[in-house]
Amino acid sequence: MYGKGLRGLSIATAATLVTAFALVFFYAPLDADQGFVQKIFYVHVPMAIVALGGFVFGGICAIAYLRTRDRKWDLRSYVAIHLSLILGLGVLVTGSIWARASWGHWWVWDEPTLVSFLIIFLLYACYQPLRFSIEDPDKQARYAAVFAILAGAFVPLNFLAVRLAQSLTHPRVLGTTGGDMPGAMRLTFLIALAGMVLLFVTLWKYEIAAKRARMRLRALRRRLLEA
Amino acid sequence: MRAIGALVRKDLLLELRTKETVPAMALFALVAYVLFHFALHRNALEGDLAAGVLWVTVLLAAVLGVNRLFVAEHEQGGFDGFLLAPVDRTAMLVAKVAALLCFLVVVELIAVPAFFLLLLGPGAGPAFPELLAILALADIGLAVVGTLAAGLAVQTRARDLIGPLVTLPLLVPVVIAAARSTAPLFSVPAGGTEAKWLAVLGLYDLVFVLLAYAVFDFLLED
Amino acid sequence: MAAAPAIELRGLTRAFGERIALAEVSLSLPAGATLVVFGPNGAGKTTLLRVLATLLRPTAGEASVLGAALPGRGHLVRGRVGFLGHEALLYRELTGRENLRYHARLHGVALHRVDDLLARVDMAARADEPLRTLSRGMIQRLAVCRAVLHDPELLLLDEPRSHLDPAAAGLVEPLIGRASGRARVVASHDPAGGLAEADLVLGLRAGRVAFVAPPEDVDAARIGALYR
Repeated sequence: MYGKGLRGLSIATAATLVTAFALVFFYAPLDADQGFVQKIFYVHVPMAIVALGGFVFGGICAIAYLRTRDRKWDLRSYVAIHLSLILGLGVLVTGSIWARASWGHWWVWDEPTLVSFLIIFLLYACYQPLRFSIEDPDKQARYAAVFAILAGAFVPLNFLAVRLAQSLTHPRVLGTTGGDMPGAMRLTFLIALAGMVLLFVTLWKYEIAAKRARMRLRALRRRLLEA
Repeated sequence: MRAIGALVRKDLLLELRTKETVPAMALFALVAYVLFHFALHRNALEGDLAAGVLWVTVLLAAVLGVNRLFVAEHEQGGFDGFLLAPVDRTAMLVAKVAALLCFLVVVELIAVPAFFLLLLGPGAGPAFPELLAILALADIGLAVVGTLAAGLAVQTRARDLIGPLVTLPLLVPVVIAAARSTAPLFSVPAGGTEAKWLAVLGLYDLVFVLLAYAVFDFLLED
Repeated sequence: MAAAPAIELRGLTRAFGERIALAEVSLSLPAGATLVVFGPNGAGKTTLLRVLATLLRPTAGEASVLGAALPGRGHLVRGRVGFLGHEALLYRELTGRENLRYHARLHGVALHRVDDLLARVDMAARADEPLRTLSRGMIQRLAVCRAVLHDPELLLLDEPRSHLDPAAAGLVEPLIGRASGRARVVASHDPAGGLAEADLVLGLRAGRVAFVAPPEDVDAARIGALYR
């Protein structure tokens, strides 16, 4: 059975996302300095949080694979990383748009999160080339798992180093007050975050179900040809 | 222990015999300095710029060495020969890190003085104890991460590309910490290193040494 | 008290992804006996040897080498098995002596044994030249030294006499031949020679067992059938 519970999950995701959009456009207050453009924050930051979570989750699945040798963990790891990479690209793009709109430049080195993401993106961009240039499937899964673990552990280290490098000289450019968000903003942000998490999980489950179905089809076809 | 010694001895002997890796790395560093001179259009560097040029050069030279680290094992049956022996798999990790460390130290013995000669500004004299500490900590990070990336890359088809592409982003924290801690040493007037950067290097080294110990076996088995 | 069998296989299977290199191999080889494996290229002879050497893990089935179950207890087997494959497993830029000393250190074997073995295969004179200057036959002799350096109880030999002239083959015979007294698995393309030294014969074809039989029950025709 592929894709159990996907319908319920998809509906929940759609509902949350629609709510989030509605809140962003009609409920959340307009930022005094940055104006309408600031609303990109509700996409950019949840995307960043979920992408980072996805990378670390991919590393955890990789650990599970190496311990159990069950290929389903390898599949989970691969899909998590793959989706997080796409989200990461989204983070860079939305961050760039935000920077352009509020600061005038397409890229700002003074925003540590954005810079960290660039580095992480460049690292994880090697994941698929690495995987697909190893032919033996077991070896491929094993090496991909090692990479996922190394890269997953690297994520927090990288953030620390980059943040330290920026800290005293320049204030956060694209920040929003963080912990001191006014109630309306916080609510909108949390709903947006929830929507992004649900979106990730739904897409993750969809992709896994699709891949498993395809693998099963291939195996059956091969069995048919051999018989 | 005995196995690690045997492996390191073999690697150093091979390098002495073939002289493939270390001279190339050293030469690369010198060429890089020339390139930087022209590209930056400067005769003398100091402070941030000096630290940056030095560390980027060391980093790229290291990556050159990383590529060659496991090639002989892969092509001449070195992995099989090792795997048949009744020794702990981790011995190969330690031996390769040690070998890469040796190569890095030898290259730096040439590249760092050359840097002082060619590019470092007149007033900026380095404080040796601190510079050595930074070099030592950074080299450990370079060696461990380089060995891991080399181990990953050697089995892939596009080995010469994957090696650097994986190594460089992973080493960004090392570059940040090393350059930032070296910059005050090269400034006029010279300042002291900030301890926090040494702490970052130390933390990075610790994390990756533990990680390497945990995952390396999986790269060797079949 | 009977000695434990050197090799005990039950349904040993090894797959590389979807490709099955060895399927359901079952046999038992007593201590000190010789198993000769016949089969065309790609039949799985090398895969079998590599699994027995613990270089590859079994995908399914049970395998026990010198009393140790693979893959769990594989580490007990290393150091007691001598492997001679298609590759010499020696570094081309190092000399024969340096290569063998490296392996001796790795296995914890006294260095003088290297000199003894070099003399026995008549390579003492050219032991201090880099491997890349030596002929294939000389390298093969050095590879034989490497395989028996640590005095293994079980030898895994993949066409060991390839590249060896009759004189050289005679030199290595006491080290890796029947007379050595060790249990052996020999992959061979030579029906007459193979049958002469076998206690048990295995015929492989496309990874599957064609026959497992004592040498009396096997003739050249049956072996030839594997290659068709």
